[in-house]
This record gives sequence, structure tokens and C-alpha cells, in this order.
Amino acid sequence: MNRHGANGQGLHGKRPDRDAVPGEGQRAKDRGPAGDGRAGSVGRRLGRGRRGEQPMVPEAEFTSYYGKPVLKPPVWEARDIAGYFFLGGLAGGSSLLAAGADLTGRPGLSRAAKTGALGAIGLSLVALVHDLGRPARFINMMRVLKVTSPMSVGTWLLSGYAPAAGVAAATALTGRLPRLGTLATTGAAVLGPAVAAYTAALVADTAVPAWHDGYREMPFVFTGSGAMAAGGLGLLAAPSGESGPARNLALAGQVMEMLAFERMTRRMGMVAEPYHTGRGGGYVRAGQVLGALGATGAALSGTPAVPAGRARRIVAAASGAALMGASIATRWGVFHAGLASARDPRYTVVPQRQRLNERESAKVKPPSSPPEQLPVVPPA
Amino acid sequence: MTAIDVQITQRPSTGRPDGMDTYPGQQPRMGFFTDTSVCIGCKACEVACKEWNHVPEDGLLLTGMSYDNSVGLGADTWRHVAFIEQQRPVSVPDGDAGADGVTASDGAGGSDGAEDAAGSGADGGLRWLMSSDVCKHCTHAACLDVCPTGALMRTEFGTVVVQQDVCNGCGYCIPACPYGVIDQRKEDGRAWKCTLCYDRLGAGMEPACAKACPTESIQFGPLDELRERAATRLDVLHEAGETTARLYGDDPGDGVGGDGAFFLLLDEPEVYGLPPDPVVTTRDLPSMWRHAGAAAATLAALATASFAAGVLGERLGLGGRR
Repeated sequence: MNRHGANGQGLHGKRPDRDAVPGEGQRAKDRGPAGDGRAGSVGRRLGRGRRGEQPMVPEAEFTSYYGKPVLKPPVWEARDIAGYFFLGGLAGGSSLLAAGADLTGRPGLSRAAKTGALGAIGLSLVALVHDLGRPARFINMMRVLKVTSPMSVGTWLLSGYAPAAGVAAATALTGRLPRLGTLATTGAAVLGPAVAAYTAALVADTAVPAWHDGYREMPFVFTGSGAMAAGGLGLLAAPSGESGPARNLALAGQVMEMLAFERMTRRMGMVAEPYHTGRGGGYVRAGQVLGALGATGAALSGTPAVPAGRARRIVAAASGAALMGASIATRWGVFHAGLASARDPRYTVVPQRQRLNERESAKVKPPSSPPEQLPVVPPA
Repeated sequence: MTAIDVQITQRPSTGRPDGMDTYPGQQPRMGFFTDTSVCIGCKACEVACKEWNHVPEDGLLLTGMSYDNSVGLGADTWRHVAFIEQQRPVSVPDGDAGADGVTASDGAGGSDGAEDAAGSGADGGLRWLMSSDVCKHCTHAACLDVCPTGALMRTEFGTVVVQQDVCNGCGYCIPACPYGVIDQRKEDGRAWKCTLCYDRLGAGMEPACAKACPTESIQFGPLDELRERAATRLDVLHEAGETTARLYGDDPGDGVGGDGAFFLLLDEPEVYGLPPDPVVTTRDLPSMWRHAGAAAATLAALATASFAAGVLGERLGLGGRR
């Protein structure tokens, strides 16, 4: 708490980051020479890979208001929302596996995938309602359909998808109403990819730098991750004789997630830092390790290198679990990287300042001298 | 039965530079012009806002951030006065009667300002910036765009307001705001922010903060008029030698289509905790949907290929089913 001894636990409790300490306006490592309070210029140039005038743009200076965040970080719980991203991907991918399994005569895989899809989407709905500030008002989501709000689109998507996944699972498990089951399975398979993908638009459609700036690749990270999770579940739960397509999907998903993630973080420049450091970075690395292990195991379990029978079953199941774990870790990594990027004003201010400088220097040629330096005194 | 004669006519264009939706008989768009050059940091706006809007207490503590103890805008702080202490040559020495020459809008202090700049530059005066921050009531408001319940709405005054009887606390508006204005009231679950005193406006009164401001740092009025007034004021300050004065959020061509509440600042926006070049996130939404669509199609294609490969493998007798 702060060193004045007064604390912020008033009638309505504390607010995070209220207890600023004098002189902490800018973090020490960012502070410029002679303690002038103005952060040193950011060493890495942003938006590299563009054309020639670029070097004339002065480096973006970083200044902030006592180091306070410009943005408000999301108030969402990781368990609910990152959990939902994982479950939505798992459900969407599983519905595709279920439809394919029905078409190619793999009843064991079909049952596993349909049960998985229903379980995942059921838990999703619980998580989503639980995360509302006013859960009893969940129904207000159905007042409107707004394409400008991915959350609104997603609500309507889920209200079509969840019943379809439910009917598909129920008919598969009870063996009744097979025609309705086929219809529901098809419906769930059509909506499934959208359920897996729209959550990427949901996170990207915010001011959070690490989310918004990745809006091109994030959908591919998310659907790749969903494919990996659904394939992993197939490997874990389906009879090994039927799990070939699940293995293929898991491997393809792992590769897609990895490539899209790599491309995203490369393109984002300094805003990608939270994906490599801190809590977000830890989850991302865990996801990469689990993904590599799971993919290796899954690939081996499809070759004669692993003897058929019990050993193959165990390797396949362990790989499947690792791949699902990798998907979970990636979602948590993305979630926490987003929070970190919103909490640090650098990720908001520096890219915007850089953008302004580029615009200025494009207007005035040759560029005018950089703006007058205004030293800021850190209080006390 | 008589047919009802419905005539659909083109809406008259008001030629508004900010592209705000218009309709016949519309109220002029109302807003704030906060001229920070005359802010004295009295916090009357913070208090008036809290009192009028019944905004709960949200912590009483000393932060050490100059005289700022409310830290920033949030669910329970709808006006926030920022205090920035700077060691730099000031054109107007503190406590000098001549200060009025520059800070008042009569513009008579031009030459004084130049002399003062030379005088105080030597001993390195302390510049104390104060600025009363508020919700920007953006032309293109991200909070309003992403709200899945329609709780956030545009009023007839062009302001952005949360309907508290509709909000279900999904929290999407909070990370969507490029200014970090709106936030969740924890014990309540819903999102709260400045309403630009919607209730007072409806009764023909000015917002509580503007009413309480003793120096007219907070000015309320039709946005077009405020923009003109701000441009005049900026010229006066520039003539007086206050070259770092600039307007913030006044340009309808900026990333949020201009702010309904804009500012005259004496330093770069980030010094006050404002984003230097905010962009409404939904500007990129069409592209986001396209990429999400492509990713969904790719997922479906991968699944199809996975089964095709499986079937092919069986045919070729590779790892076939037992």
C-alpha cells in the first residue's frame, strides 16, 4: 500500500494501481538520463520493413502520466473468458470431427466428438454467464443483434450452435431420432468453425494493443488452437482405430497455430513483448512446449514406431491431452498478454506517437526538428 | 380502409463535418471544451459531478502524484483533475499579476509573455499543469459499438450514455474505450461513466461540472460553437507566446471522428495521460470479420482434409483401421 499510511479501502474498496508512489511516474528502467522523468526513447524502431523515408522519422518519445495506464484493462476473469476461448474452439473443432466421423463411418470418434462438443459448449455458457457483472440480466444480450459487436454476434451464434450440438450429442448417445441427429450434426458442423473463429474478432475489437494489433492473424491462432484441442480430444477419447482424422486435424491445427502466432508477433513489433515476457510469455512458452511434445507423440502414434495395442493407445491419449493442454496454455497466454499490454502505457503511447511522427514527417519534408524537449520533474 | 400515405424523403444534410447522424428538428450536438490553460485545480468539477450524479466514494488516499488523489477516470470518477509538475521555462511566472494577461482571453498579455519567458528561463521555473479530464463522447464511440445489449446509446444531444437498467455488466466496453474512461463498478457489476449530465441537459441546464467551474475552464455548449471558441482561444495563446498550446480531440478527421468533449492542452497529450492518436477499434472491424471468416473456412478445410487423408490412408493400407 502507499506510504502515507492512508489506505484506499473506503466504502467501496480499493482500485488497483491507486497507490502510486512519488517518483514512480515512469518506471526506473525507462527513465531517461539525469532522472528528468522523461522516458528514454524506445530503442526499437516500430513498423519496420517499410520504405525509404522511414529513417527520417524521429524515434518515439515515451511520456506518461505517473506511469498510469491509458487504457482500462478488461475486467474479465481468465478462468471464464480465456477458458471460454479454449472451450469454444474445442467445441467448434469437435463438431467438425463429429460430422466427418458420421460421414466416414467412425461411430466411436463421432460419439466422443459430439459429447466433447456438448460438454465444452455447456461449460462455455456457464462461464460466460458467470462472468457477467449482472448474470441475471444475461437475457439482455438478446435485445439486439449488432454486427459492430462481436459479442452480440457470438451470442446469436451460440444460441444456434448450442442447441444443435446438444441434439447431436443426445441423439448419438441414445440412438434415437437419427434423422434429427444428422440434421443437428450438420448444423453444428456448419456453425462450429464460426464459433471457434469469432472469439478472435471479439478480443481484437478492443483498444488492447496486444489484441487489436494482431487482428489479422489472431483468428488463425484461435482456429488452429481449436483444431489442436478438438483433435487432441479425439486422440484421447476415440478408439485408436478411428482416431486417424483426429490426429491429422490436431497436427494441422498445431502447425497453423504456431505459424500464425509467429507471424502475428513478428508483425506487431514492440507490442508483441507481453507475449514473450511475464505471465503471458510463460503461458505461451508452456503452450509451445506442450504443443511440440503432443504433436510429436501424436505423429508417432500413427506410425509403426509405436507398437499397436495398449502402448499406442497410451501414447495417443497422452499426446491428445498434451495438445489440449497446449491449446489451453495458448489461450491463457493471449489473455494475459492482453492484460499486460493494457496495463503498461508504453504499449498504448509509443505506437501512437510513432504513427503521429510518421504522419508529421510525411507532411513536412524535410522533417522539422523534433519537438522541444520538455523535461518533467518527477514529484518529490 | 384507407391507405396510409408514407413518404420517405432524403434526410436533409446538415453538412456536419463529423458525419454524425442527423434528423429533422435535431438538437445541436452538445459537448465540452475544457480549456486547461485556465484550470486552477480546484476540483470543484469532481465534487459537483459526484454530488449531482450520486457517484459513490471510491477511496480516500494521498497518492503523492502532486495534488491528484483521484488518479484517473473510472466507474466512480467521471471528472478527474490531473496535476503535472514540470521544471521548465514558463512564459508566466507563478503568482505574478501579469499572469492574467496571458491566461485571460483578452489577449493583451502578448508582449508580457515574451519577457517573462526570458526572465524565468534562467532560474528554471516550475510549471504546474492542471487539466480536468472527462469522457470524450466520441463521434465514433467504441464503447457504444461493441455493447452487445444496446445499453450504451447515443442521445439526442450527440452524447454517449449507459442505460443502467439495461447494462448486464459484460464488460466489453471497458477494454474497447481508447481513452480508458468507462469502467465497472465492482460492487454493482455494471459499467459507469460520465453521462454529460443527460438529466440536466433534458431540463435545459448545463452539466454540473461546467456549472461549478469557477474559471470557465470547462465550457459547455453546442459543439460547433465550442470549436470556434477554442480556435480563437488557441490563437490568443499562440500570440501570447504559449507555443506549446494545442487542441486535442477537436478534429473531426481524427481516429474517433472528433470528440464531443475536447481540450486545449499545454503539452503533449500523453503528459496528461491521454492517448496521442486514439483510433476507434471498430474502424478495423470489417477486416477483422473478413479474417475471422477466412480462418473459419480454413478450419473447415483442414477438417475435410484430415478425413480425406484418413480415407486415402486406408485405401493405400497405411495405418488402416483394425
